[in-house]
Amino acid sequence: MAEKRIVLGNCGVIDPQNIETYLAKGGFKAFIKARDKMKPQGIVEEIKKSGLTGRGGAGFPCGLKWELARNTKAKTKYLICNADEGEVGQFKDKYLLSKDPFTLIEGMLIAGLAIGAQQAFIYLRAEYHVLYDQLCRAIEQAKEKGFLKHLDIKVFEGAGSYICGEESALMNSIEGRRGESRYKPPYPPTSGLWDKPTIINNVETLMNVPHIINNGAAWFSAMGTKRSKGTKVFCVSGDVARPGVYELEMGSPLKELLIGLAGAKDIKAVQIGGSAGSIIPASMIDTPLAHETFLGSGAVVALNSSRDIIDIVHNDMHFLNEESCGKCTPCREGTEVILEILGRLTRGEGVAGDISALEDLARTMALASLCGLGQAAAVPVLDSLKYFREEYINRIDQSLFLRSYLGSEFYKSKEGVR
Amino acid sequence: MSAAGKETQSSIANRAELLPALKQELGKNGNLSKTVLTSLADKTGLPLNEIYGVATFYAYLPVAAAGKNIIRVCGCLPCDLKDAQGVIGSIKKELGIEPGQTTADARFSLEQVGCIGACDQAPAMMINDTLYGNLTPARIAEILKSFK
Repeated sequence: MAEKRIVLGNCGVIDPQNIETYLAKGGFKAFIKARDKMKPQGIVEEIKKSGLTGRGGAGFPCGLKWELARNTKAKTKYLICNADEGEVGQFKDKYLLSKDPFTLIEGMLIAGLAIGAQQAFIYLRAEYHVLYDQLCRAIEQAKEKGFLKHLDIKVFEGAGSYICGEESALMNSIEGRRGESRYKPPYPPTSGLWDKPTIINNVETLMNVPHIINNGAAWFSAMGTKRSKGTKVFCVSGDVARPGVYELEMGSPLKELLIGLAGAKDIKAVQIGGSAGSIIPASMIDTPLAHETFLGSGAVVALNSSRDIIDIVHNDMHFLNEESCGKCTPCREGTEVILEILGRLTRGEGVAGDISALEDLARTMALASLCGLGQAAAVPVLDSLKYFREEYINRIDQSLFLRSYLGSEFYKSKEGVR
Repeated sequence: MSAAGKETQSSIANRAELLPALKQELGKNGNLSKTVLTSLADKTGLPLNEIYGVATFYAYLPVAAAGKNIIRVCGCLPCDLKDAQGVIGSIKKELGIEPGQTTADARFSLEQVGCIGACDQAPAMMINDTLYGNLTPARIAEILKSFK
């Protein structure tokens, strides 16, 4: 199976600075159809039937989310495009925004009609500031064409915070607060930004919408697996010959992406989904990539045989610990303690109880954390313990040996080898 | 219920402008000093501690004194695999600073940060708003020389 460039279809083909090139390729036809020929409830139904799920990592059914917002009676409703792409190994949204801002705008306009929103925000991470002008210009051009009569779109820039990619922290950030997660319920479609019904969707999710409206829900759901419809834009990096952005049908085997397209040769393990993503061994290379198996945000990092699994997990946990908003104890303290244990393991200072401590903490964090960061933070730890347990055991044995050796009379004596 | 439910309409409006206002102040001054934050508190009517709490939460809103150019080297997995620590080492060789430090002439500050979305060009860094990927020691030296 080759790449299926649907969401990526206009990238490198149209001029992202010129809306005329987008219109020439049939741009905004879907929006005009949705605006003039469909009722808002009909748009929601079409997206529901398509089976479109969130492309940011959580994979929630998009149509269902829109329906919840549609059915909440309120004068004011908000739509937010989550362009805070901060997940480790993820760069697809940067690519999409830089090469095709118009499909995103069209998707947002249709979403706005569906849920009844009047104001939309694109939450753009600070690190992508270089895309700000082009994005604003694209919105301006769409406005000049008369497409923004029902929905105003503003670009809101973040200020450097991974957790602000989590929807409730994102809303707090727009409200001018620390990007801390909120207690749920209520969920955004009921009460979100400034307590109003709010829909937050990832860039890629929204960019699927015009295609579904143009080609129909049946066309979309014919691709993919039972629970994962359509295509997914994957980001491949790490030990591969051709890192980059690739779009494949959902359910495509990891092998096709990693070896076929990205040219990986020596594979020991693969991390799928980002910093809190699953780590699987090379033996599972035929696994289909989907919500049912492994997917997350679609960030795929390949690791060759020279890589040390504990170093990898340590690096991931350092990031998550740094980015934890600090609000809830399981995450704030849990990531700190796991980081300390992994740090000691990397330095050869492991102790016998480390593995059971890691497993204990991981289980607690998964159950008790307020948001996905804390809940998933220990997934790489648990996965690496499942598939690479002997690396941890070896590290601890080496630590125990090293300590006893350094403390031994032999080492302290003149004959001790240094 | 979110915190918004407990506030008045005007304070919500002021609050909504806070992050853009902080970024604007940052554009004028190199960092968000106590003086800057205090004047912002006076202007918006928001308590200083609230503004300080927001400013210190975000990585790209430096509160402490920063150099004219801020170097942010990504230390996350894909960049780490391609020797991000070597990049930091090269910068230390060229400028004599480590992450968290500023050069004596205040030309550069260095920080190690989380993923900047350049994983296919690892190892990578940002200097102010510009991304530099596929770094080598030679390229790093060349890039740093181009900054005044």
